[in-house]
Amino acid sequence: MAADTASVRVSPRRPRLSRADGVRLTVVVVFIALVELLCRTGVIALSVMIAPSAMAAHCVQILRAGTFDHDIAVSLGNIVAAAILSVLLGFAVGVLLHSAPRARAAIEPLLSAYYAVPTFVFYPVFIVILGVGAAPIIAIAVLLAVVSMVTATLNGLDRIPRSLHKTALVLRLSPLQSALRIKLPAALPYLFTGMKLSVAYAFIGVIASEFILSGEGLGYAIGYAYNNFQNRDMYALMFLVLVLVTAINMVLNTIDRRLQARRRR
Amino acid sequence: MSSVASLIKPVAQSAAQPDAPAARQAHAVLSNVTRYFDRTGSHERFHALGPIDLTLHQGEFFSVVGPSGCGKSTLLDIFAGLAEPTSGSVSFEGREVKGVPDGVGVVFQEDASFPWMNVRDNIGFGLRMAGTDGAEVKRRVDYALGFMGLKDFASAYPAQLSGGMRQRVCIARTLVQQPRLILLDEPFGALDQQTRLLMGDELLRLWRETSATVLLITHALDEAAMLSDRVGVMSSRPGLFIDIVETGWERERDSRIVSTPRFGEVNARLWEKLRVESLKVMGLADGR
Repeated sequence: MAADTASVRVSPRRPRLSRADGVRLTVVVVFIALVELLCRTGVIALSVMIAPSAMAAHCVQILRAGTFDHDIAVSLGNIVAAAILSVLLGFAVGVLLHSAPRARAAIEPLLSAYYAVPTFVFYPVFIVILGVGAAPIIAIAVLLAVVSMVTATLNGLDRIPRSLHKTALVLRLSPLQSALRIKLPAALPYLFTGMKLSVAYAFIGVIASEFILSGEGLGYAIGYAYNNFQNRDMYALMFLVLVLVTAINMVLNTIDRRLQARRRR
Repeated sequence: MSSVASLIKPVAQSAAQPDAPAARQAHAVLSNVTRYFDRTGSHERFHALGPIDLTLHQGEFFSVVGPSGCGKSTLLDIFAGLAEPTSGSVSFEGREVKGVPDGVGVVFQEDASFPWMNVRDNIGFGLRMAGTDGAEVKRRVDYALGFMGLKDFASAYPAQLSGGMRQRVCIARTLVQQPRLILLDEPFGALDQQTRLLMGDELLRLWRETSATVLLITHALDEAAMLSDRVGVMSSRPGLFIDIVETGWERERDSRIVSTPRFGEVNARLWEKLRVESLKVMGLADGR
């Protein structure tokens, strides 16, 4: 068994920046530097765009002053609500469809074509049904985000190895024990991919809906600043949205990588 | 360890009856079992197995070899209560099998370790789910870790282990349950030859120590010849036993028996039967 013993790998260290990571980072830095240069040299007029460094500085300024605290809180609240609803609803629908193969066979092609539908065209319907406020915004975001979770749930449940299903039977687990202790953890990496996409779509859905449906929130604030030629505020808020999305994605990607690494054979 | 020659007892050259002498106590029994499967998208059914009569005796090591698709794994699933026979009956310790009975452990060919649990938690999972006392779980898991050579890897996750070690985790998880009937579905199928021989030795050691009855499904004739008291040779579909070979090994045996003339004889006899069936599967029905 010495050969077997020798094949055990030591705990993985934190990986260094790969060549691809380096190239990607360089592209982003060069692009930002180029925009900075074009803005600073006047090639891009101040009335069109402010320099990225000015966006960052003004973003810090408005955060310190608390000017948009209410809008930030409203948007984040809507995003969290939409993401949670999408994940829960998507998971439930996914589990139901997985347990009903005939219904799945009928509905799955619709899911594949779902993102061809421009969800935002339904906003008047949601206003009529849900009124003005957070509800229609969250509804549109859920509509946008839920399908990725349904698809991920189906994918995750499909990919549970047959040997694990059989193991649950051999260990004489109850259906609940089998679901919670084997199927759920086995499908978790795929479910997490769905959660990651749902959060991203919830973000897009909420910010975009606030442009047209709201009197508060980051989307509304960006739109308001745009309409009133408040370039510095507009770009600072756009910068804030980008930073938030990047930060959330980085956290989710790190968790995702860890989950995937543990599954690797 | 005794000499290799002393591991072998003289036996009759031929023992083609499915059931061994009546003096041995029946442990698990298939009576007139058949299995048919529905073809997808058609009303036709295909005949996968049987009719089969087979008795596994208390404490024996029985292997099944046969061409691909002959129903070996279906046979194991029926013994395990994972599949129901289309007709006939299955019993374990005198009781009819409905679902997986208490006292049956199964090791599958595919990796069935839980990637989200470390080795210790993997091995103790079944016991914890069964509500076994924590101290008893620890005692049994510690023993299994030592027995299977996994002590130094108790905190490792399956992704950090080789295929052979992951399979040992699965065997250990079955072992700690103290099953009285151990069903092994090509458990070493994905391993290299030398690891398979060594794993075979470990399997023989645990079989001797537990006195469990073992049913091994394998496509490797040498593995079946080395490990078993009896080897059943199955025909191509529908799977039927065309020969049952008694190997005649002593209970105290290990992989060194592969160098004995008797091993060659057993292997040759298995291949003689299996060759014809394998040619049938390949469409060369006359067996030339």
